[in-house]
Amino acid sequence: MTLQALLSGQGLMFLFFAVAAIASGLLVVILQNPLRAALSLVINLFSVAGLYLSLNAYFLATVQVIVYAGAIMVLFLFVIMLLNMGQANLNTSYRGVRTIIAFSSAIGFGGLMSAVALKGQPDVMLPADAMVTGSSAGSVEGIGKVLYNPNLPWLFAFEWTSFLLLVAVIGAVVLAGKRQQPSEDKA
Amino acid sequence: MSIPLNYYIVLSMILFSLGIAGVTTRRNPILIFMSIELMLNAVNLSLIAFGRYLGDAGGQMLTIFVMAVAAAEVSVGLGILIAIFRTKDNVDVDVLNGLKG
Repeated sequence: MTLQALLSGQGLMFLFFAVAAIASGLLVVILQNPLRAALSLVINLFSVAGLYLSLNAYFLATVQVIVYAGAIMVLFLFVIMLLNMGQANLNTSYRGVRTIIAFSSAIGFGGLMSAVALKGQPDVMLPADAMVTGSSAGSVEGIGKVLYNPNLPWLFAFEWTSFLLLVAVIGAVVLAGKRQQPSEDKA
Repeated sequence: MSIPLNYYIVLSMILFSLGIAGVTTRRNPILIFMSIELMLNAVNLSLIAFGRYLGDAGGQMLTIFVMAVAAAEVSVGLGILIAIFRTKDNVDVDVLNGLKG
């Protein structure tokens, strides 16, 4: 364990965003009001975007802010307000035994995987040449040269992702669109 | 001195565990969706960290696809939620037992 790595400038940046991400993620899990939980998730997404920046993934940090914190969270807030759940009128209270089991299993899983990551091998440090050449890998140019390279497998998957988004748009419109005649099967 | 890869992995595991706790304790479907987003972000973080430390661009590519699939999932899931809310007044996941699951 090289804890002094956290005292450098990059380490303090990591520490700040990590603490913010964990704290806001905990608020997402425990807050009763859905609106406040959604706003905590926005903070969490911004913190993770900061961590992407510390990993030189500039383009993905931008996409994280625009797509996640922008588009997806607006969709969440829109549905929360549309269904009028902002007052926490849903009975979202915890039940004792299930909560204990859920949190203990989550802590057990996280502890197990963290133990594997920490004890499996000595600390994996950044390779020395990545300091020099890795700076352009996360830029728009670097992403595009890999994503649209026909010799790499990503181009085919990219095309099918556009088809997936088309299917999702049609599905969302069909599911949430206005019915011509309301169905009577209220189950 | 750079951060060891292990720190990013441990942070990712903590965020993923928070997502697990949220999915298993929440009863509001929207909050379950938010917890799923938390878990997807944790996986994205570990993918980017692995890609950066192993010098492989595939981590960032996979993250792009995870983001696209997450956007599609949220749009369809919230559409289903609105459709459920149109026929029933309650969206508590313990009340929605029409499939007898």
